[in-house]
Amino acid sequence: MDMSVPGLSAERLSNLRRLEAESIHIIREVAAEFRNPVMLYSIGKDSSVMLHLAMKAFAPSKPPFPLLHVDTTWKFREMIEFRDATAKRLGLDLLVYTNPDGIEQGIGPFSHGSSVHTHIMKTEALKQALNKYGFDAAFGGARRDEEKSRAKERVFSFRNSSHGWDPKNQRPELWNLYNARVAKGESIRAFPLSNWTELDIWQYILTENIPMVPLYFAAKRPVVDRDGMLIMVDDERMPIQPGEQIEEKMVRFRTLGCYPLTGAIESDADTLPAIVREMLIARTSERSGRLIDHDDSASMEKKKREGYF
Amino acid sequence: MSSLETNALASATEEAVTDYILAQEEKDQLRFLTCGSVDDGKSTLIGRLLYDTKLIFEDQLAALEKDSRRHGTVGEDIDLALLVDGLEAEREQGITIDVAYRFFATDKRKFIVADTPGHEQYTRNMATGASTADLAVLLVDARHGLMVQTRRHAFIASLLGIRHVVLAVNKIDLVDFSEERFNEIRETFEQFASGFDFETLVAIPMSARYGDNVTGRSENMGWYQGQTLLEHLETVQIGEHELNQPFRFPVQWVNRPNLDFRGYSGTIAGGVVKKGDELVVAGSGKTSKVASILTPVGEADAARAGEAVTITLEDEIDISRGDLLADATARPDVADQMAAHLIWMAEDALLPGRSYLMKIGTRSVTATVTEIKHKINVNTFEHVAGKQLELNEIAFCNLAMSAPVAFDPYEANRSTGSFILIDRVTNATVGAGMVWFALRRATNIHWQALDVDKAARAESLGQRPAVLWFTGLSGSGKSTIASIVEKKLHLEGRHTYTLDGDNVRHGLNKDLGFTDADRVENIRRVGEVSRLFVDSGLITLVSFISPFRAERQMARDLLQDGEFIEIFVDTPIEECKKRDPKGLYAKAEAGQIKNFTGIDSPYEVPENPELVLKNFGRDPEDVAEDVIRYLRDNNYLLSPSIVSGGGGI
Repeated sequence: MDMSVPGLSAERLSNLRRLEAESIHIIREVAAEFRNPVMLYSIGKDSSVMLHLAMKAFAPSKPPFPLLHVDTTWKFREMIEFRDATAKRLGLDLLVYTNPDGIEQGIGPFSHGSSVHTHIMKTEALKQALNKYGFDAAFGGARRDEEKSRAKERVFSFRNSSHGWDPKNQRPELWNLYNARVAKGESIRAFPLSNWTELDIWQYILTENIPMVPLYFAAKRPVVDRDGMLIMVDDERMPIQPGEQIEEKMVRFRTLGCYPLTGAIESDADTLPAIVREMLIARTSERSGRLIDHDDSASMEKKKREGYF
Repeated sequence: MSSLETNALASATEEAVTDYILAQEEKDQLRFLTCGSVDDGKSTLIGRLLYDTKLIFEDQLAALEKDSRRHGTVGEDIDLALLVDGLEAEREQGITIDVAYRFFATDKRKFIVADTPGHEQYTRNMATGASTADLAVLLVDARHGLMVQTRRHAFIASLLGIRHVVLAVNKIDLVDFSEERFNEIRETFEQFASGFDFETLVAIPMSARYGDNVTGRSENMGWYQGQTLLEHLETVQIGEHELNQPFRFPVQWVNRPNLDFRGYSGTIAGGVVKKGDELVVAGSGKTSKVASILTPVGEADAARAGEAVTITLEDEIDISRGDLLADATARPDVADQMAAHLIWMAEDALLPGRSYLMKIGTRSVTATVTEIKHKINVNTFEHVAGKQLELNEIAFCNLAMSAPVAFDPYEANRSTGSFILIDRVTNATVGAGMVWFALRRATNIHWQALDVDKAARAESLGQRPAVLWFTGLSGSGKSTIASIVEKKLHLEGRHTYTLDGDNVRHGLNKDLGFTDADRVENIRRVGEVSRLFVDSGLITLVSFISPFRAERQMARDLLQDGEFIEIFVDTPIEECKKRDPKGLYAKAEAGQIKNFTGIDSPYEVPENPELVLKNFGRDPEDVAEDVIRYLRDNNYLLSPSIVSGGGGI
């Protein structure tokens, strides 16, 4: 090889540049092979990285697909503000979908519990949205290092016509040759961040200076200590139990979801380096902040079989 | 990262953390796979690497302790294997059954581990893991030494282009940390692996369970002076093989935001590209020069293999997804036939002659295996003859594609030399291939450009040629109806010919039997002959059971739109059995005929036939008239024909 080429270093591509290239390849492949793809945008850090990569994949054009947010109506208010600002800043189409049956029945985490709420307002809502728009591929920001059943999932993860995942019947996936063939009604969930770890994500956010929802940074916020989790009082729908006290604490969130189901951690980390430092010495993995994964270590696999991302 | 460093970070300033992270940005990545037989301790080894590299967080450990009480196999200890055995069912069985990916990192490298099972039936999983790996860790149990599986793993690693191998001699504690035993295993392996083209081959004695020589040096093996596994993984030099190859760029996406910008997006599959380089579109031979290169970090003067970029050219030439841009001075092969190694990954066997979808780079074409040269026994590496390829078998084959495709030998480039095969009906990924070389035979056959063409012949005959493909069970009435249809057409003065089982099986196809493979070849030949007849202007009637959708699709694909009329003669099997004109059902049910459609071989009902004939209980004359009406309504019988022989009145 001609190593005297200007602008080309003699070393191997770094870990982050490799991950970046792989993700861009996946995103382009989905755009090229599917009739009607969509990018699930959950507003969190992984989604932000995925969106950033999508912008790079098609520059100087815009990504040729819309963003979809499945709104449970219980997301943090700051998430919704950030979502709308992001779509506007990047000039992208944003679809927001809420399960109308859930609204009608008044489904919520306080009245119905986390499991019913998640199933109806997230899993069912997502399926309804995919059916409504006829999307044949949907990008998700899941990573294989998040959870055990994710570790075995393909980059192009096949879903049957009822959006179910069959871990026993996955298509072999070799090299960077992704099988995009689906019959009518079937679909693919595509995971461009499959091979990223949490540390990779934060490193990339830092080096690329990707905007984040302020909730990731420590600030004084009103919280209630409930079953060992610090729940933020984000609006008046939060019922305060007898004996509970709303306290102003310096807290931040390691993961974002519905505010009643997302525990805050006490922290002073209000800058990216401080967050990364905290993460590096963290003693709890990231999904422990989400109530839904506490029930059973096999719960994620069950949810995914039912169509959860 | 080490715990020392973690503590250092806790008190580090923000600037120090920022510096640390920015330094990490240059961290290298190594992808490797682990393979071993059941109980070699593979999951324990990966668990040990993850555990020791401190990437297992506290709550994962807490969940692990809960799980261990239910499924654990090591008594009071934490069972490291449970960290990595993912899915519910697998945990119940205590085995890993699919490819899973794990991650850990040290200061030097980030590691992506493909964890693949070692049982015989899972060759496809290992091949999947190996396809993206730089290095393979082969585990053996020190008590058992090299097993048949070890040979298989080494072979598949080599076949998939892995150039670096570690032989992990595990459970060395169970042979009293014996140097003699270790050397014996190492020497046997080195001898046997010398036939493969591995750049590095290192054997390491270890105990994954107790951690000896995995990440920390063993105190029990003073005789071992080599590196620990982790030291080796951190330092082994992995050359970028593809970087030293000629420039290759499969076009993924044409980026056209406005009239002033026309970019070609893709991932560089080989070599380096610089502004001003002359590139060729491999398929068309058109050339142009690189005007600009847009990388993920902005405009650049050059880019290298592995980068996802967008390239613009100085000239407007016709380029679309699926084209391969290449160094104009070192072009890839462009051919419609190749020889390749093929790994079969589906329950349904590969049948030569059946058409599959081939994805090669960003290109998709249809392809058939024209010949299985030999199968390879993965345990003995012997070549064996075979007419079809079963799940987890590997063969050296010739393939023919529906159009010329650009590619390189796999040995030169893993990216432009690899392909997958997809079943056209189920859409499953059924095969993985590695190109050996292009076959030149095809390029010497040029189609004669004839002055008298199909249209001219059809016009002189006053008809639109087509194939009437009658499919249905034996005894359904296909031949009876086809024969009446042909008589009616003949009376109208149409030019026809009928191909049926009898006149073809006794001549053209007399070398074929009734296995699935032979049935496919039978239909392929009939399809080709009917295509020639259509070319000659004839209305061709084909009466064949043709039980498989894929073959009927293959015959359809040989013809142009509207030239293939699939007619499903839909008679219930009970009725066919009752009729049994040749006494075949009786024989099949008595076991005297094997592979009889409807008895012990399936009939796949047509999904979208042009015509369905339910003739049960109807006069065959009326049924035949349905076919004539279809032809008339769809303009196959154009002008009133001149009835020959009637002119003398």
